[in-house]
Amino acid sequence: MGTLILQDGTVYKGQSFGALGGFEGEVVFNTSMVGYQEILSDPNYAKQILVMTYPEIGNYGVNDFDFESDNTHLVGLIVKNNCQQESHYKSRESLSNFLKKKNIIALSNIDTRSLVKKLTQMGTMSGFITSNDLDSEYINEKLGELQSFKIKEDILAEVSCKSRFAYNPQGKINIAIYDYGIKKGILNALALRNCRITVYPYNTEAKEILENDFDAVFLSNGPGNPANYTYQIAQIKQLMGKIPLFGIGLGCQLLALASGAKTYKLKYGHRGSNHPVINLENNKVVMTAQNHGYAIDLENITKFMRPTHKNLNDDTLEGFEITSLGVYAIQFQPEGKPGPNDAEFIFDEWVNIIKKDINRINEVKNER
Amino acid sequence: MKDRTLKKILVIGSGPIVIGQAAEFDYAGVQACRALKEENIEIVLVNSNPATIMTDEEIANKVYIEPLNLESLTEIIKKERPQGLIASLGGQTALNLACELFEAGVLDKYKVKLLGTNIDSIKKAEDREMFKNLMQEIGEPVPESEIVSSYNEASEFAKRIGFPIIIRPAFTLGGAGGGIARNERDYEEIVHQGLSQSPINQVLVEKSIAGYKEIEFEVIRDSNDTCITICSMENIDPIGIHTGDSFVVAPSQTLTANEAGMLRASAIRIIKALKIEGGCNVQFALDTVTNQYYIIEVNPRVSRSSALASKATGYPIAKITTKIAIGYNLNEIKNPITGKTAAFEPTIDYIVTKIPKWPFDKFSTGDRILGTKMKATGEIMAIGRTFVSSFKKAITSLEDRYTGLLWRGFQEMSNEELLTELYIQDDRRIFRLAQALYNGNEINKLCAITKIDKWFISKIKEIVDLERELSTTKQLDKKLYQKAKEYGFLDDEVMHLTQNTIETLKNFNVQPGFRLVDTCANEFSASTPYFYSAYAEADEVEDYKIKSQESYKKPKENILVLGSGPIRIGQGIEFDYCSVHASQELIKRGYESVMVNSNPETLSTDFDIATRLYFEPMNIEYIMNIIRKENPKGVLVQFGGQTAINLAEKLDQEGIKILGTSLESINAVEDRKVFEKLLKELNISQPKGCAVTSTPQALNAVKELGYPVLVRPSYVIGGRGMQVVYNDEELLTYITEAFKFSNEHPVLIDQYLEGQEVELDAISDGRDILIPGICEHIERAGVHSGDSMSIYPSQNISRKNEKILVKYATKIARKLNIKGLMNIQFIIKDDKVYVIEVNPRASRTVPIMSKVTGIPMVKIALSAILGKSIRRAGFGVGLYKKSNLVSVKMPIFSWQKLNRIDPALAPEMKSTGEVLGIDTSYKKALYKAFLAGGHKFSKAKQRVLVSLNDHNKKPALPVIKKLFKQGFFIMATWGTHKFLEKNGIPSKMIEKFMIDKLQKRMKNGRLSFIINTPTTGKNSQNAGFQIRTIAQMYGIPSFTSIDTANAFLVAHKVFDKNTELTYDTITNYRKKNFLELFK
Repeated sequence: MGTLILQDGTVYKGQSFGALGGFEGEVVFNTSMVGYQEILSDPNYAKQILVMTYPEIGNYGVNDFDFESDNTHLVGLIVKNNCQQESHYKSRESLSNFLKKKNIIALSNIDTRSLVKKLTQMGTMSGFITSNDLDSEYINEKLGELQSFKIKEDILAEVSCKSRFAYNPQGKINIAIYDYGIKKGILNALALRNCRITVYPYNTEAKEILENDFDAVFLSNGPGNPANYTYQIAQIKQLMGKIPLFGIGLGCQLLALASGAKTYKLKYGHRGSNHPVINLENNKVVMTAQNHGYAIDLENITKFMRPTHKNLNDDTLEGFEITSLGVYAIQFQPEGKPGPNDAEFIFDEWVNIIKKDINRINEVKNER
Repeated sequence: MKDRTLKKILVIGSGPIVIGQAAEFDYAGVQACRALKEENIEIVLVNSNPATIMTDEEIANKVYIEPLNLESLTEIIKKERPQGLIASLGGQTALNLACELFEAGVLDKYKVKLLGTNIDSIKKAEDREMFKNLMQEIGEPVPESEIVSSYNEASEFAKRIGFPIIIRPAFTLGGAGGGIARNERDYEEIVHQGLSQSPINQVLVEKSIAGYKEIEFEVIRDSNDTCITICSMENIDPIGIHTGDSFVVAPSQTLTANEAGMLRASAIRIIKALKIEGGCNVQFALDTVTNQYYIIEVNPRVSRSSALASKATGYPIAKITTKIAIGYNLNEIKNPITGKTAAFEPTIDYIVTKIPKWPFDKFSTGDRILGTKMKATGEIMAIGRTFVSSFKKAITSLEDRYTGLLWRGFQEMSNEELLTELYIQDDRRIFRLAQALYNGNEINKLCAITKIDKWFISKIKEIVDLERELSTTKQLDKKLYQKAKEYGFLDDEVMHLTQNTIETLKNFNVQPGFRLVDTCANEFSASTPYFYSAYAEADEVEDYKIKSQESYKKPKENILVLGSGPIRIGQGIEFDYCSVHASQELIKRGYESVMVNSNPETLSTDFDIATRLYFEPMNIEYIMNIIRKENPKGVLVQFGGQTAINLAEKLDQEGIKILGTSLESINAVEDRKVFEKLLKELNISQPKGCAVTSTPQALNAVKELGYPVLVRPSYVIGGRGMQVVYNDEELLTYITEAFKFSNEHPVLIDQYLEGQEVELDAISDGRDILIPGICEHIERAGVHSGDSMSIYPSQNISRKNEKILVKYATKIARKLNIKGLMNIQFIIKDDKVYVIEVNPRASRTVPIMSKVTGIPMVKIALSAILGKSIRRAGFGVGLYKKSNLVSVKMPIFSWQKLNRIDPALAPEMKSTGEVLGIDTSYKKALYKAFLAGGHKFSKAKQRVLVSLNDHNKKPALPVIKKLFKQGFFIMATWGTHKFLEKNGIPSKMIEKFMIDKLQKRMKNGRLSFIINTPTTGKNSQNAGFQIRTIAQMYGIPSFTSIDTANAFLVAHKVFDKNTELTYDTITNYRKKNFLELFK
């Protein structure tokens, strides 16, 4: 029997099927019906306690192929039913085993629908998840601690690579990526489009990147409150106008902040595989995968920022560009993983922009 | 944006209910009409099926109950001049008709725009060759296959690819005429069958990928190229069994996100390449050990699967498809459930299980093997928070004699035998699997035998293990009981397994919660009145009620409407019609209606038909849970067919009020002795009869009654197991079998009166009765009323007897204090009226009678039930005035889907649906009925095979004479030939045993139809049976009643005379009557 305590004092008891111990974290939910392995390894969920709305989890075990990063980042997983007997030819181990190895606390047999209702009504809360059956005294004590819980500000340090590395070195288009917790899906999508990628840690100075002759810089997805990342924003400001910049997720938010806009915390975030996003230019709608808790304040964008995409559920900003500065950004995850990759063509569009830019530069060079 | 030029739209329905095309298209059609009404578009609706809700005059502006063929539709288009045509919601029937109308140039000529998916796209999806080419173009894999139009070509393919091979005929519904061949002999037979059934003589022969996982996606696309998938569905049964015959679960359970994403992306590529506008269904085969997948099939229209996906997710696919058809883009449409955009993909937080309902309980000789040809008549769906609970609930929803997975007759089998039988893919496979698990066989072994994914088998094992735990536990505690409830075990099952009383269980105080279906897993606050029960879960009904009742000026009482469960032979769409009407009328009268049903195909389970909908098994425990939650004023049982009626007694035992006719009266007509006494008291005659519980008793009884007699088990649905027997030998065979089938109830033996059968429906308030009309059957008594052709108004009943019928009906209604609907069947023989059956509930004919007379029967019945006098309805009392319109109802059978079923008409019901021919004269209405039933008329000299049993020879003589006079060439079997010769009718003799020769003639289309009156007994070896079943196979009509044959000849004469048919709305047909009254 394990316990989940929410900031507002609600207590859930469930069966523990992961690691032993206890963690504090932000309690969030994801509405994807498949893809728990990708979500578990998505750095955007760093330090969070994740509730899956889909009730049967663990069905196909855990395999070697579907990780979105080399590690897991969340601290707790909450499900209605944990599958006892997984079945898939690729599966290497059960979800339960995997969670134990990765030190993730997991609870099952929880009324997740009620829990999610609470989160949508009250907004994202902090919580404490433990594999222990806590008594009321302990619960009260924890509850006190929870009121002052804050996500660590240096969370990027934990999800970013420690040192620079190359990916798809045989690629032709030379790009740099700021790794704020990048998903493998993005690296693969770019590699597939002939990009030679150099991945830089989150705290790399802009200068270092500008010293190399990159065709473009990508700013990756990642966890946390973008407004806290002042150092990163400052580096981005230095890059702006000097090199084409592309942002996804956190990268998009940081680009907005660097452009003078503001971000705010969504009541309960966008986490799922069914978020409709409309392209404001051609009114085409695509289904997107999302995994973020913050959004760009549409009311307070600067006049240079041209909104390109909007979420049809709540009208939040899903993408913008500043063409004069070569800034392009989207809030959602075009690679899916898990979820639809209907918007993957955005990578094509972006790579085409870079190619055009390269051609233009080459022409200028030739003229000289 | 909406196309504003569209003011009037033609909607084509799907025609009669047949296997492969059932109530789902009524549901889709009604949704479409409602969506068009919202847009103030005038709707012209054509459908030959009178039992549907879509043919109600409230649904469409103009309702044509007319045959669905090129001629009728051309005339209707000419007359109505609609700007648009919607064909993607009326199943394969409507889609094929749209193609015909296009080919014939009708659409062009009258400038009718085909809305939604265009002809080109339809053809690309439906034509095997074009589809294959398109798939190759966009790089989507299809299994190696070839289109052939002769067996020779097919044979070449087989030599190259090897067996097994799948055969799929082009343009047929539900895969009719197809199958899997494992050897050359089967191959030849199936290919021939497929070629003959395909309207374009084409079949696809395809490398079999049996054993792959079968996955379906429901996809929607708009003209702006926005695509969404509504739902993925995984068949528990692997490829090889038609998806309509498979256990299906939604969403998919065993796919990784990568696999699901790969198939989803493929589905979207396909719908984009096909340029579908609206709903579409894509079926995939996925290998179990690699990423290899194949496209199996694409349906460029709303289908049975879309109805399932709509009910499974709450997303109204048909409605959205309609809005797209008239020009909207997905992002311009609202999802009615969340109030957010319809351009999103539903996500669900529960598991849905669908199980087909097969007719094999009625067809004991039927071939139960499942393959690529669909055999189920209906289906049930269950929702649970876990797979196990959803699956267990689904099994309960089947309304079988047994509720659990075990104890279905397999426990006595040796394990070896069981494992051998487990290779058989039939309707009982899951139950064999459960027993095999109970016997302790290893999961991997069972997996290898059944090719069912280990995941599903493990889950079924969890259920079986819990069953064992329950049966071996010494002391049931709350924890174990709670677990059993979470798994979906019924209290009855727990009591039986643990030897506990209901009091013990009640003391544990374990209650279910009701959860909401909201399309979005609670991400947004939705207020859909669509619920399912779950244990260990909080309840959402209370919150919903508080929110929704805020707008009420004063509190409303609620009333529970019991639906009719899955569609089966004998209990069809007509009861959905009644339930829906009852629900809507309750709301109109200021009540809240609470609907319970388990059938995903129907309109009654649409979320906006009732005030609140509970998608639950039609089982007393589940219904009591709802009652405890809702605390209704009472329960309506008379609209949900036998399913609802069967629950009445149990509800009464729980102290729940049955509204309308009392349980006592319901029982009075079901209990033979009480009923006999009642009729005696009322001085009404009935055929003599008695109930017997042993063979000697039976023989004694017959001595008194004299042959022929009608034998049947007591308590029946659709006359199951009923038969006419003519001698001791037949009687003994029947009795022995009947007691094997059920020894709980006695066998009933009645005098068989071969007279005129008459039927009426009445509405009673206990004092007065209103009889909308009297119907007369074309076939003489002995054919189940559901299988006979019937005429309204009656043509051959004397005024005197009409009065007697009314008098009897009135007497019975008063005596039984009938409140609501009632149906009585009579026989008139030698000018004497006998009552043969009283049904104190809505009958099959209620929708028809409501439409042909214009009397809203369910509405009036409901006011009677609520204590109002029926006089206030404004239709008077007694027998309502006759219409001048004449309607002929014709039953429709699904023989081509069911192998080895004797198509002979009998007291046992076999038809799956019906059509109605309406016109101003009997002959024209009759002709239309045959046309609507798909009969072909031809001027060419035609050959007819006649084979009569001894009993029928003499009565058949006038009909055969007529046949000869009308210019048919008669071929006759030996006995019949001799008989005809004696009576001066020339015929060519044919030996019965020359079946092969006959088969050839049928194959080559050299036989127009067959008149074959069956010899009795269920001997499947006899020649008549063989002739009939071969005829079925080649789609050659066989008339097994002289009266049907006679009616066909009458209709043929109308055709021979080049009679021009006109088509009109049901409203106008009735008005014509009105005008003529004033003349």
